[in-house]
Amino acid sequence: MKIAVCIKRVPDSETRVKIAPDGKRIDEAGVKFVLNPYDEFAVEEALQRKEKAGAGEVVVICLGPAAAQETIRTALAMGADRGVLLQSDAIPADGFVTAQALAAELKPGGWDLILFGKMAIDDYNQQVGPMVAELLGVPCVTAVAHLELDGAKGVAEREIEGGVEVVEFPLPAVITADKGLNEPRYPALKGIMAAKKKPLEVKPVQLGAGAIEIVALTPPPERKEGKIVGEGPGAVPELVRLLREEAKVL
Amino acid sequence: MAPKYQGVDFYNTDSLLNEEERAVRDTVRAWVDDNLMPVIGEAYIAGKFPKQLIPGMAELGLFGANLPEEYGCAGLNNVAYGLIMQELERGDSGVRSFASVQGALVMYPIYAFGSDPQKKTWLPQMASGKVIGCFGLTEPDYGSNPAGMITVAKETKDGWVLNGAKMWITNGSTAQVAIVWAKTAKDADSIRGFVVPTDTKGFSAKDQKGKLSLRASDTSELVLQDVHVPKDAILPKSGGLKSPLMCLTAARYGIAWGAVGAAMACYDEAASYAKTRVMFGKPIGGFQLQQLRLAEMLTEITKAQLLCLQLGRLKDAGTSTPQQVSLAKRNNVSMATDIAREARRLLGANGILVEYQAMRHLANLESVYTYEGTHDIHTLILGQEITGLSAFN
Amino acid sequence: MTAILAVCEQRDGTLRKISYEVVTGARRIGEVVDAVVCAAAPVAGADQLGKFGADKVVTLTNAAFAKYAPEGNAQAIAERVKAGGYAAVVFAASATGKDLAARVGAKLGVGLVADCTEVAAEDGTILATRPVYAGKALLKVKVATKPAVLSLRPNVFTPVERPKAGAAETVAVTVAVGRVVVREIKAAEAGALDVAEAQIVISGGRGLKEPANFQVIEELARAFGGQAAVGASRAVVDAGWRAHADQVGQTGKTVSPTLYIAVGISGAIQHLAGMRTSKVIVAINKDKDAPIFKVADYGVVGDLFEVVPRLTEEIKKLHG
Repeated sequence: MKIAVCIKRVPDSETRVKIAPDGKRIDEAGVKFVLNPYDEFAVEEALQRKEKAGAGEVVVICLGPAAAQETIRTALAMGADRGVLLQSDAIPADGFVTAQALAAELKPGGWDLILFGKMAIDDYNQQVGPMVAELLGVPCVTAVAHLELDGAKGVAEREIEGGVEVVEFPLPAVITADKGLNEPRYPALKGIMAAKKKPLEVKPVQLGAGAIEIVALTPPPERKEGKIVGEGPGAVPELVRLLREEAKVL
Repeated sequence: MAPKYQGVDFYNTDSLLNEEERAVRDTVRAWVDDNLMPVIGEAYIAGKFPKQLIPGMAELGLFGANLPEEYGCAGLNNVAYGLIMQELERGDSGVRSFASVQGALVMYPIYAFGSDPQKKTWLPQMASGKVIGCFGLTEPDYGSNPAGMITVAKETKDGWVLNGAKMWITNGSTAQVAIVWAKTAKDADSIRGFVVPTDTKGFSAKDQKGKLSLRASDTSELVLQDVHVPKDAILPKSGGLKSPLMCLTAARYGIAWGAVGAAMACYDEAASYAKTRVMFGKPIGGFQLQQLRLAEMLTEITKAQLLCLQLGRLKDAGTSTPQQVSLAKRNNVSMATDIAREARRLLGANGILVEYQAMRHLANLESVYTYEGTHDIHTLILGQEITGLSAFN
Repeated sequence: MTAILAVCEQRDGTLRKISYEVVTGARRIGEVVDAVVCAAAPVAGADQLGKFGADKVVTLTNAAFAKYAPEGNAQAIAERVKAGGYAAVVFAASATGKDLAARVGAKLGVGLVADCTEVAAEDGTILATRPVYAGKALLKVKVATKPAVLSLRPNVFTPVERPKAGAAETVAVTVAVGRVVVREIKAAEAGALDVAEAQIVISGGRGLKEPANFQVIEELARAFGGQAAVGASRAVVDAGWRAHADQVGQTGKTVSPTLYIAVGISGAIQHLAGMRTSKVIVAINKDKDAPIFKVADYGVVGDLFEVVPRLTEEIKKLHG
């Protein structure tokens, strides 16, 4: 099976967010960057599908700065076969621009399956996967928590409000991965050493600015300081009173 | 739930590591977070090594990680190996001991002193965790003085017969194979190493009970009563005390890193606690005595990290000496025991609960202080190196 | 006159309430709001959209639209947007909305501004604010193109009655045969309210000690008479006590209810990421140093097994 996985380099989820002086992006000093956690499910799925098929290739593609080579190598260490870095220092706020760049790279590929994480944990944009599918004219199912493939077709399950949506689709397809799709493997130490030797192509790209312009990045509004109403069940009547009369939510 | 462990790196030693070294450290750290931390408290109290973790450790490639790929090992450099030990011991010294024994005390001697058939037979199986090994050097009456050992190997028509007893042997009761060091004649120069499958008639292993330290580790007595092994059981390139000592140096190197991991864990927990535990109206971290504790801890950890890193680079360059390893083991384990104790005190009453790490590390580190060359022995090793004069007896 | 297209949702032929939020949000950025919904036949409850500010309510019908038809709906909506010269098309950032909005954005050649918590129009430009970095920061953006494509975070744009004509129209549409077909919806426990859409969420964490003890939370939820959903921290979901669909937090759902009650939850950063925009947060925990108390508006320190039943009692009294 020929499988492409699109990945992103993002700040670790524990990062303390500090706003950079220009007020539009985070201050990257001291920030630890990792493979986007949702992309780990995508990489794992690709590896499992290739292993099941017995033969094939898993290629990881990343749009990002030069440092993203390290992120690609994390996926290579997990077992992917080769990587492509579309090198751009700036990632546009407009997800469509990202999608265009990735789609251009994917177009000639002849892929059986293209996987994404359902969203990046920095920008929470949740769009690049389905947009790439649209640009390639390929069927797409997003936020997949369970996947079954049978030859040229597949069945995916995705969480919706109040239930699980069961979706049928033909291959080739774009799938975006949600938590629960699988249990991502740790990059084995041998894999980390092997990653160095796997092909990693770096292609500088020029991206358009897109239609979405960042005006400001600000800290969230401070929640007003709360209070401990009291201790034990005896505090409950007062809590209820406050919720009714002060907070007015009951 | 405590915030996710981020390590301790006051002097940005991360910038002195290469990408693979960082990736190795990060992977083991994540594995320890997900697999070891949730079970270690219970395992320690129960006095049981969490052996359900062995397959995961093997899959990750933690056994003999610095041995060559041709034997199914990860082929990492020594800095990466050290980082593995650091992160394992951040979890627990007993679990790190398991990996140290498997890698540095069993796989290493087979690799360094074994024949090609021995290497091919044992190393891949040990890398994959299918075979567990133990290292039989220490005896009930010969700890710091292994040259005095009384376990003997007498040559026979078709092999050797071994007789003797070993004590304080990590993995002894669960190992499938034991590297047993025995005298083939009267003196220490006649010491040779033997690869002994533990199911050989006459070989028995029994766990030592009543341990208050390294509880999540199997520590056993080995008894060899007329244990017959074939000719090819001997490690052909082994000879004299030098051979087991080389293994010990390899293990001690990893322990120097491991102790730093334990210290980092204790410091991180103490610092976190100090910032949130409120007494007399403010976090205890705001009181001078606690700040002093924390400042001392951070200082010692930072020094020890740089010590390890340079030692690792020297080892990778092939120029490190056993005495350099002694200095690091001695310093790092000593400072780690101090840090664990001070962290325990900072935690107050909570510090005696297994839910907090300090006291478990404190108890474990007492063993680490004593084994692999006691603190005092390493003092004499350095003393001899400095002065040229032996103060051993 | 700026006109906005508000994309509404139906399930099994009934309009989903989240649609009112979409219309409310659309009203903030346009003088004219047309509501649109894809269905196989006229949708029950669509006539209420006028009450919340829809000038027109258009039902796009096609047999394939009985269930969510990702490709067909996207095509129909995109064509509608292009034909109508709308300044923006707005979706709910629901499970369906997130999927559909991205597809429509791509068809229109425009990026999606997803999961907005604020929208505004200034001098003909759409401005939107959305949480990023798991809610640790807010990003304000400007959309230069027409149309802008936006999705709104559930439970933020509280529906406001602002009656407009709500003139109903049904338009049969033809779309290409969809390759991606929703075969069925496996319903969760009957009547279970989704945490992301409930007005009140009560979440339980490891303080509950055992899965069976979630009963005390479910009792409290029932006392609120159908408005409350039961959520869970990551620890109890990973331990297998509760379904992933109930998980509130960074790797689960982000919720923004009017009232969020955290029971036996210590307040790890990843959990806070999922609920910090709740209007009012109450924490119940026996550890007074638990980080959750720092974000809670009201806290009760005590044994949850005593406090929660007492709270259930008091709520029952209120609801009579």
